Amino acid sequence: MAEIRLEKLTKEFKETLAVDHIDLVVEEGQFFSLLGPSGCGKTTTLRMIGGFEDPSSGAIYLGGDDVTDLPAYKRNVNTVFQSYALFPHLDVYNNVAYGLKRKKVDQADIKKRVEDMLVLVDLEGYGPRRINQMSGGQQQRVALARALVNRPAVLLLDEPLGALDLKLRNQMQLELKRIQREVGITFIYVTHDQEEAMRMSDRIAVMNAGRFEQVGAAQDVYKLPATAFVAGFLGASNLLDGEVEGADGSSAKVALAAGSTIALPAARLPNERGSVRIGVRPEKIFIEAAGSSGGGTENRGDNAIEAMVDISIYTGVSTSYECSTTDGSKVVVYVQNMGASADALAPGSKVRLSWHPEHTFAVEKNSSTEGGDNEMSDRGGTT
Amino acid sequence: MATQVETKPTAPPAPGPHKERRKKRAWILPTYTGVIIAYLFIPILVMIMFGFNEPAGRYNFQWEGFTTKWYNPDRLLEFEDLNEAVKNSLLIGVISTFVSTVFGSLIALALTRHRFRGRAGLNLGLFLPMASPEVVLGVALLALFVSLNVNTGFVTIVISHVMFCISYVVVTVKARTSGFDRSLEDAAKDLGADPWTTFWTVTFPLIFPGILAASLLAFALSVDDYVITSFNAGGTVTIPLWVYGASRIGVPPQVNVMGTLLFGIGVIYVLVSIFRGRRQGAVPSPPVKAG
Ligand SMILES: Nc1ncnc2c1ncn2[C@@H]1O[C@H](COP(=O)(O)OP(=O)(O)O)[C@@H](O)[C@H]1O
Ligand SMILES: [Mg+2]
Repeated sequence: MAEIRLEKLTKEFKETLAVDHIDLVVEEGQFFSLLGPSGCGKTTTLRMIGGFEDPSSGAIYLGGDDVTDLPAYKRNVNTVFQSYALFPHLDVYNNVAYGLKRKKVDQADIKKRVEDMLVLVDLEGYGPRRINQMSGGQQQRVALARALVNRPAVLLLDEPLGALDLKLRNQMQLELKRIQREVGITFIYVTHDQEEAMRMSDRIAVMNAGRFEQVGAAQDVYKLPATAFVAGFLGASNLLDGEVEGADGSSAKVALAAGSTIALPAARLPNERGSVRIGVRPEKIFIEAAGSSGGGTENRGDNAIEAMVDISIYTGVSTSYECSTTDGSKVVVYVQNMGASADALAPGSKVRLSWHPEHTFAVEKNSSTEGGDNEMSDRGGTT
Repeated sequence: MATQVETKPTAPPAPGPHKERRKKRAWILPTYTGVIIAYLFIPILVMIMFGFNEPAGRYNFQWEGFTTKWYNPDRLLEFEDLNEAVKNSLLIGVISTFVSTVFGSLIALALTRHRFRGRAGLNLGLFLPMASPEVVLGVALLALFVSLNVNTGFVTIVISHVMFCISYVVVTVKARTSGFDRSLEDAAKDLGADPWTTFWTVTFPLIFPGILAASLLAFALSVDDYVITSFNAGGTVTIPLWVYGASRIGVPPQVNVMGTLLFGIGVIYVLVSIFRGRRQGAVPSPPVKAG
């Protein structure tokens, strides 16, 4: 049974439509991420599920029960807050025990469960410590323990790693994933960091301006973005204008404005006729000097276009090329630096770019604006 | 630090005048602090000292010899009307502290977390008793009581004390509530605490140091007040009124002893509140602004 179901959930603040009629089903035991740029409504969605914000309209179901009008303290969900919100007047033990005490669990049980939980989050023996004697990473674990000890049906996490430095963050991502597997509780994880979401989640909902652009398995969302926004927000992507020429069984042909006709699985086309935008990830493109017939042919794809190198940037493990096609579109290509072959393509060289039809995706021509462009995607603000 | 510099061979050996000057300057702050402390404490020391004096005549202004006899309950409580005044002052102090602390704390909470009609007016109104001269307040209150045909006395003193104490309570408690991180209350609710439990297990313990400090201030203001009380006391006598009356014919050492005892209670109260505050620690600011 679905652990969480949202039906046309909407939240309007005075001026802003923060969450706009979203529908969502999250299955039991999943690690589910809400991914989107700052201000897209992730926190508001989470706060409605937690019971801290009343929806303007719509309904929330937890394990089949309508909890839309249930106050926060009666919902079987717990939250790890963005700022942790640990009680500064209580020690670590009493912070973690707080929820169990409210449920009138007996003293011996509380002690056992709190201590087990501190072991789980790697804080054994820290019980008597005061909160202000704990580092950021440790506070994060206390917040996690304080929520998990109640064995909620669903755990809500609002950018829980946002305040940590990069190294600690990577470490905690693995840790969180391990803990989630161990306890088997459904996690709803809010983040604006696409790499974090991809690394940890079973499924991802990509959110933009209060709506879901796409909901799907982490891999699918990356491989087959449904909209230009998703393609741009999850890593770098190249989008090329084209016209659908028609389908031939399971394969469809699209004539690119850049001058060639390419193929892709027909099911990926958003519309059967007319204009579309064709996408391909930079690491899926094979680049070679125009007219060359040298090695690496096994990497060549059946889809190909002519282009010219504008800039090449050597970054050690890889080289990235920025090319422009005959119609002026930009295409970015990443090449792994594996041998001596990656030296010939100076700016100005004419090149042939090719990729496989199965690495090709398509989005609507006039779908919403693109998400943050490749590496420049929004990783700064946390609001 | 200086020695470290000297042991480093490459560092320029300039310990002379520089070090001297720093040494000289190092005296300024402690001396200044000492002077201020003396300035604050000498009157209190004099009060305590003259509680141990054995005055020759009626006036307890000159040191004549050491005695502890005024601390003997029989001697201490020898003036019936002084005892009455002390009893009145303590009772009025406790009642007006309790009332003003409860209401003032609630007002402070309301002002920091709710937007409501009249909020700006209340904010301003609360400053008026602090800003206006006490004499004026005293006269105005008397005029009010007279025009309402209320007999002045114990009750009117309490009413007037609550009025001016409440402003100080609000200002003091507000300092604590305005920095309060509301996500802590969300966290409590999240963990299953209803609003009542949330208040008593999270909100109250965290603003308690502010409430304690406010109540101390209110009590001190109430016990201490002469001007407003004098207008609204009717036949009721408090310590300041009695002392003022007695000062014309000579203040007995018992007054010093009573003062010393009250001061002692205050010191204990302050120490307790500092100790509690320290144990509790300042509320640490959250690592990220919740959003
Ligand atoms: N309490 C509030 N009052 C008014 N507007 C709000 C409030 N909370 C959030 N918003 C607005 O709703 C939108 C979504 O905010 P939020 O859910 O916090 O986004 P995210 O967590 O994705 O960064 C933003 O435009 C924000 O300004
Ligand atoms: Mg947010």
